[in-house]
Amino acid sequence: MTEEKFVTCIVCPKGCRIKVILDEGDILDILNYGCKRGVEYAREEVMAPKRILTTTVAVQGQNIQMLPVKTEDAIPKELLKVAMHETKDLSVEPPIKIGDVIWPNIAGTGVNIIATRTLDANV
Amino acid sequence: MIYKELVVIGGGPAGLSAAIQAYEEGVQDILLIERDFELGGILKQCIHNGFGLHIFQEELTGPEYAERFIKELKKMNIEVILDTMVLEITNEKKIIAVNKELGILNIQTQAIILAMGCRERTRGALNIPGFRPAGIFTAGTAQRFVNIEGYMPGKDIVILGSGDIGLIMARRFTLEGAKVRCVVELMPYSNGLTRNVVQCLEDYDIPLYLRHTVIEIHGKDRLEGVTVAEVDDNNLPILATATYIPCDTLLLSVGLIPENELSKLAEVKLDDRTGGPIVNQRMETSTQGIFACGNVLHVHDLVDFVTQEARLAGKGAADYLSKGKVDNYADAIPVRVLKGVRYIVPQYFQGKEMLNGRQELFMRSVKPMDKAKLIIDSDKGVIKTKTLNYVKPSEMINVALQKEELCQANPNYLEISLQEVGDRS
Repeated sequence: MTEEKFVTCIVCPKGCRIKVILDEGDILDILNYGCKRGVEYAREEVMAPKRILTTTVAVQGQNIQMLPVKTEDAIPKELLKVAMHETKDLSVEPPIKIGDVIWPNIAGTGVNIIATRTLDANV
Repeated sequence: MIYKELVVIGGGPAGLSAAIQAYEEGVQDILLIERDFELGGILKQCIHNGFGLHIFQEELTGPEYAERFIKELKKMNIEVILDTMVLEITNEKKIIAVNKELGILNIQTQAIILAMGCRERTRGALNIPGFRPAGIFTAGTAQRFVNIEGYMPGKDIVILGSGDIGLIMARRFTLEGAKVRCVVELMPYSNGLTRNVVQCLEDYDIPLYLRHTVIEIHGKDRLEGVTVAEVDDNNLPILATATYIPCDTLLLSVGLIPENELSKLAEVKLDDRTGGPIVNQRMETSTQGIFACGNVLHVHDLVDFVTQEARLAGKGAADYLSKGKVDNYADAIPVRVLKGVRYIVPQYFQGKEMLNGRQELFMRSVKPMDKAKLIIDSDKGVIKTKTLNYVKPSEMINVALQKEELCQANPNYLEISLQEVGDRS
């Protein structure tokens, strides 16, 4: 039995409504896309949706309380909450450089959590 | 009195890019004034990703985007004063600012770039009846609490307005363990970027109630709930549809207002449509030598466009400083807004004075259209048309006009309109 799924593409602000036709979980066809990147996005979104997680961890500092962080790469959507739990009690001490690994292998994905800003020693 | 060639007011994405550009164009003596304790502006609290797709062709978070420009600026000989609030500017380009340690600063400069950003519309602007309990925040304030200060403003949340910050905060609160009950939007469409509706609401099964609004606030000391109702074609609540939703926090994401108190003091003329200064092709306001860019000029959805516009302002200021005093509105033709277009920037234009051989036009549509034809018309006939797909008021339209296209026609005015093509399916 074939099934239709609609994916709102978020690759660019155009927001194409891409139609994906599935047969028993396999992709038969992808329609109404605006570019190649959209095809890839729709495929992934239907088969294995992934997201970059951005959050904060506590800072042992004076002026700045929170360090913004992100997953270095997109992780499976269903692991976002697990990842939030893992980073919940983390706390870091400056100095920190943008891109520094704050927590390795989040939720067993092999993806690291990295800092998205620099904190000088004296903050 | 401190003397400076160029003063940039505001150290967010607009101010940073404008200062960098002006420096690269040869302006030696630049001062950037920032009221916060560090540079970066609102990007510092926008920890989510999605910034930089146009400028860097990669997806960055707000702090990462800001840090690239801060790093670049620090390599240059640009003076920065932090923790400093500008209180007054004049059309003679005198600036009064105040700093905790330095006291009152009197600055005389030859050119100013306004880059003060915008602020959020509050409950007061909406006239929602009810008590004034704790627990009602603008979305950006809540964002600051969570991302910068590390506090959760509440656990059980209703969001009024589907602006981008509201959508982003719906996801942020959900990930931090709060319950986001719904997003309520007065308009028949979302006011946020598509990707935010998908990744912030749909991902977490947060309902978006279009054509609904909050009609009552309940609770005396702390918010206890809100009454939500559908609205009719005149945006008046249909009382029969009123529903009580318990919550301890209401976030307002109902629009942003360019912050132009200083601009008004310098007799800068404002555009009612944008809420920001009227500018020409190089982002120069009606007051000679005063330029504007970023959210103080008009509210943007993508920071990449702020950077583009700020570079124009930086270049414009450098051009002004090197050429000396010329009337920058001489021979300027007006760019008028017709059907389908909410506003356009710049509002004036000197075709011969285009800075890069081309000019970006930034505009917004009045309503969503699946397919629209953008028409740039003039007294000399149509200059350019372009077909656009999936036009939304929340997503800015950016069209470039080439110098040849304009100079050939040599028009006395431009008229921009957006026509819907075909039916909406």
